[in-house]
Amino acid sequence: MTTIELRGVTKDYRVRGGRGARTLRAVDDVSLVLEPGRTLALVGQSGSGKSTIAKMLLQLERPTAGQILVDGKPVPRGRRGKHAYRGQVQMVFQDPFASLNPYHSIGHHIGRPIQLHHPRLTRAEVDERVHDLLHRVRLDPPETFAARRPHELSGGQRQRAAIARALAPSPGILVADEPVSMLDVSIRLGVLNLLGDLQRQENLGVLYITHDLATARHFSDEILVMYKGVIVERGPADDVILNPQHDYTRLLAAAAPNPERRLAELTS
Amino acid sequence: MSVPAAPTLARHRGAAPTGPVVLTIDDVSVDYLVDEPVHAVRNVSLELARGEVLGLAGESGCGKSTLAYAVTRLLKPPAVITSGSIEFQSREGFALDLTAMHGEDLRQFRWDKVAMVFQGAMNSLNPVITIQAQLEDVYSTHRPEMRKAERRRRASELLERVGVDPARLKAFPHELSGGMRQRVMIAMALALEPQVLIMDEPTTALDVVVQREILDEITRLRDELGFAVVFITHDLPLLLEISDRIAVMKEGRIVELADARTLYTQPQHEYTRTLLSSFPSLTGERGAFVRTGHDETADETVADGTAPTDHAEEADA
Repeated sequence: MTTIELRGVTKDYRVRGGRGARTLRAVDDVSLVLEPGRTLALVGQSGSGKSTIAKMLLQLERPTAGQILVDGKPVPRGRRGKHAYRGQVQMVFQDPFASLNPYHSIGHHIGRPIQLHHPRLTRAEVDERVHDLLHRVRLDPPETFAARRPHELSGGQRQRAAIARALAPSPGILVADEPVSMLDVSIRLGVLNLLGDLQRQENLGVLYITHDLATARHFSDEILVMYKGVIVERGPADDVILNPQHDYTRLLAAAAPNPERRLAELTS
Repeated sequence: MSVPAAPTLARHRGAAPTGPVVLTIDDVSVDYLVDEPVHAVRNVSLELARGEVLGLAGESGCGKSTLAYAVTRLLKPPAVITSGSIEFQSREGFALDLTAMHGEDLRQFRWDKVAMVFQGAMNSLNPVITIQAQLEDVYSTHRPEMRKAERRRRASELLERVGVDPARLKAFPHELSGGMRQRVMIAMALALEPQVLIMDEPTTALDVVVQREILDEITRLRDELGFAVVFITHDLPLLLEISDRIAVMKEGRIVELADARTLYTQPQHEYTRTLLSSFPSLTGERGAFVRTGHDETADETVADGTAPTDHAEEADA
């Protein structure tokens, strides 16, 4: 069980422009709490700072100001601290075609983090967990899939392998950065439903980053709307979507394709 | 080719185009002649009316892009059009059989009558020359008699038309945002005022807000210039919103063809229903979507190819 809190987190980047450097505030004073069993959706368009938050959560970037707390304590510094932290927080990346190493088998992708985070396990035990994970993300039969390489899998299968990899260290928090945007629409729901199932089984806290409001609404408990680094609106999923308060949320909602609206136009 | 004949399409329910036809695709099949030939497109027949937006929906690998490439005659070996004909009826009153065209005729025809916005269009610009050079290139190739000043003027008009500041003519592609590059690609496709525009997933890599802008732009330009659009995507809600008619493709065949409204309200084919249900609606019901902590009965969507496994015993939330 892990709870992660972002408290007043800010991130500045230095950008080199035409004349000299300037600072770009990618994330501005963001606070949020990820708790076991709850899903937060972070929505906003490209460049709004969503992915910067994911990077800071994974300790790939250090916040310029503010704190990230794990179970109330700051993230430990140093190699060992980070190693332990990464056992607790894992990420599913956007592009399943780029996030798996073409050189390694699926079994290796999943077995390696198990070995790293549970060094006492014997080889047979590691294999067993690999197979168990593959089975749980419905890559059956696990023996066949463990031996395959990424190019032998379809996009949806790869993303499920990537999910199994993220779950391998048994984390308490999962960050999913646009996990289905590269997948075919017809298999998106399958992957999201799978994530939902696994979340329930493991009691994971999930941060779902997306620009698709429809899945954000149905997949998460709470939605945070981000615009230019600032969270402009937050609240229970249905409230934010059905009764948006901020202009930017309305803009996002209006931009999403909505067949019902067209149908109403055609009928009138 | 021993391809089984396509089931005859229902010709009612708005399946037929309204108005004069600009493009007739008749019984077209495309094979990829690799070891174990792949029948990518099987006996597809379609008619495209002047000025209409025809949506072509289907998942990856269903043959929708191959069909588009067949229409523009851009297929390269091992792809071969094995049967059928594609006829283009020009505004000026003559008809051309695209499958019979070769060499110089074909080169002059492409882009002039039928242009295309490619998949991943953002990356189909040449990174090492300015967009001005790329836009003018279209004119110097197809309108060699045009003077330089005229080309220049046209190029800046094109940018203006798609909503990009003509001051950006001298920009290189990497200096433009994804949405702007997409607009430049659309400008380039419109350069010769084609009568048919084929758009292959033109907004897939863009975020929703930019996507909305581009769609509005396409609709506006279509009203202004009167070209017909074949809009290819796997995003069915998007198609439902912008198309007049929609064809749903599966495994190389068109399984359903109807006007947008009929397709949405009374889908006939099982696959269309599956596609429709795989989109949770923004304001309505969640379709086949299961929210965490809710019942497990309506679980496991469908087109994923995975059999639902019993995992209920593990679920101790």
